Amino acid sequence: MSTLQIPSRIPLDDYSSVIGAGEIAELRTLARPLADREVIMINSTAVGGGVAEILNRLVPLAEELGIKIRWEVMMGGEDFFEVTKSFHNALHGAPYHPEIRHFEIFREYTEKNAKRLPLDAEFMVIHDPQPCGLISYREKKNNHWTWRCHIDLSHSNPAVWNFLAEFVPCYDAAIFSSPQFAKQLPIPQYLFYPAIDPLSEKNRELPPEFILDVLARYGIDHLRPILTQISRFDRLKDPVGVIRAYRIVRRYFDCQLVLAGGGASDDPEGAAVLMEAQAAADGDPDIKLLELPAWAPLEVNALQRASTIVIQKSLREGFGLTVSEALWKRKPVVASAVGGIPTQIIHKHTGLLAHSVEGTAYQIRFLLSHPEIAGRLGEQGHLHVKENFLITQNLKLYLTLFLQLGKLL
Amino acid sequence: MDPGETPFKFFTVTYLTRIGNQSAGNLEELLTGLDQCSDASIFHHTFQTLSDHHFLTEGFSNDFAQWALAEANRDALAEHFAALDIRDYTSIAALRDDLCRVLRDFIAQNPAFSRQEALDRFYFCESVEVTTPFGLQARTLDEFRDGVASISHASFHFHFVSSRLRLQLGTNDFSHWLATSLGLTTLADTMNRIDIYTNTLDSARAKIIRLVDRERRKHEHVADPQPHPAR
Repeated sequence: MSTLQIPSRIPLDDYSSVIGAGEIAELRTLARPLADREVIMINSTAVGGGVAEILNRLVPLAEELGIKIRWEVMMGGEDFFEVTKSFHNALHGAPYHPEIRHFEIFREYTEKNAKRLPLDAEFMVIHDPQPCGLISYREKKNNHWTWRCHIDLSHSNPAVWNFLAEFVPCYDAAIFSSPQFAKQLPIPQYLFYPAIDPLSEKNRELPPEFILDVLARYGIDHLRPILTQISRFDRLKDPVGVIRAYRIVRRYFDCQLVLAGGGASDDPEGAAVLMEAQAAADGDPDIKLLELPAWAPLEVNALQRASTIVIQKSLREGFGLTVSEALWKRKPVVASAVGGIPTQIIHKHTGLLAHSVEGTAYQIRFLLSHPEIAGRLGEQGHLHVKENFLITQNLKLYLTLFLQLGKLL
Repeated sequence: MDPGETPFKFFTVTYLTRIGNQSAGNLEELLTGLDQCSDASIFHHTFQTLSDHHFLTEGFSNDFAQWALAEANRDALAEHFAALDIRDYTSIAALRDDLCRVLRDFIAQNPAFSRQEALDRFYFCESVEVTTPFGLQARTLDEFRDGVASISHASFHFHFVSSRLRLQLGTNDFSHWLATSLGLTTLADTMNRIDIYTNTLDSARAKIIRLVDRERRKHEHVADPQPHPAR
């Protein structure tokens, strides 16, 4: 499907064209005291999902800076991942009544993994709840353990959180993606924003002819305004609400709507949501419902770059990195004020926030009427991402954390 | 021009943001938080946030002003918070006093608003500063220019903006060194007047480099008094 190829390993110096040579020199300066020190990152999946995407980029960059960094993946059977998926949903606030057996399964797999994984690096970074219990098997008392929680714990199910709370305070530090996602803990909690890679297939510059080719493939007219929302077909992303907002905008502007994402083919709920969106579209030829494969970064990139306005009308959201992706491409964004979105969209500075279908429609109409304001928001949004949400900034924060934990300065 | 006796040492600085356990859902709670939070928290929401959002040159000043505007819907209070210029402060204590005074005055004049819930809470965080020598120093104006041109945004902000808290003087590291080591007081004063609220860090840096280049040209003329041949 994707016809452009880029090497998966990108040298650090290549980022100087994006963030400047001074920032790269600073990374090298910060990494100097960490040369040859060991870091192990552990998560529960090697492919798919935002965490794997970040580690795929972060680990080679840290390695290039002379750090002995390894990325290990926790192994588990179907029963383990069923339990941890339930935990994950429950921590996001979904109703769940855990059984004692579920906690036993979690402990059994934690023990099995503790026997096979190296846990003695000077800096251990454990990502998300699945491998969280490994801290119980900490042997060296002088190494530093950090729990990096990528999910929003503000509405967590008390039974599941109380179980995890047995492990979390044993860490030396915890990292969250937003202050409102954090918990009251007796250990230091730090704020690391999730990050995008500006040189990845999803975010790099694309030749105009490739973008036009993608538009032609999906029957999208490049001469008329294109409103786009990229997200899974999931009710929390409110695709039907986006269609309702588009219908209001259509009274004033001859525009098109693109709703593109995955999740419909391998998820029964996703298929149902896609059908609801199809029903709401009611055969309108200017509404394109595109079911993309799970990994189609160049297509997503092209659709974002071709958009006049990008929408993220979520009802609930984690951090919402698709917003950063759009801002990076200098796109004006209209998004809901939920989850981590207001961190990225500073209202009237880097985009526009809305709280309803009507509000979303109004903000879109405003931007279509004032392209110069749309352009300014897009430009400032790009700078916001450049300063705060790039993988190089994430790397800098990890280096700083290790220096701080190891008292290396 | 003679090299300075004391070289200018460039530093690299990075900040970890530590999430605090305090938050505020209305103006009264914000006042309690402002009164009780750490100095590192006041620094984070004023000095540090200006660095993180330096590219916004219209209407962004500090986190308190932004929250009052976007979450508490109190435009007048936001204006008062935004009017506090961090360059006027050489201590966090004085800045905290003024933030509290602004909020206390607003609440006194508008008691009905004090317990109105904001759209979202204000979360108090604090900056944990990690500094390390960049391995670059300057003794001459030329070396100084090259150094300023090559440092990161964070390093530039550290030397040009937050330095006044360290120096406890109404100036910045660059101006202080130019005046005390090279005796260039006029250049130092002009540099210190660059507006960090209406400039990005990049445009402020570009202005500094232009000022230094102008100064270098002046010294070239002094060093080379021979009249140029007519063209």
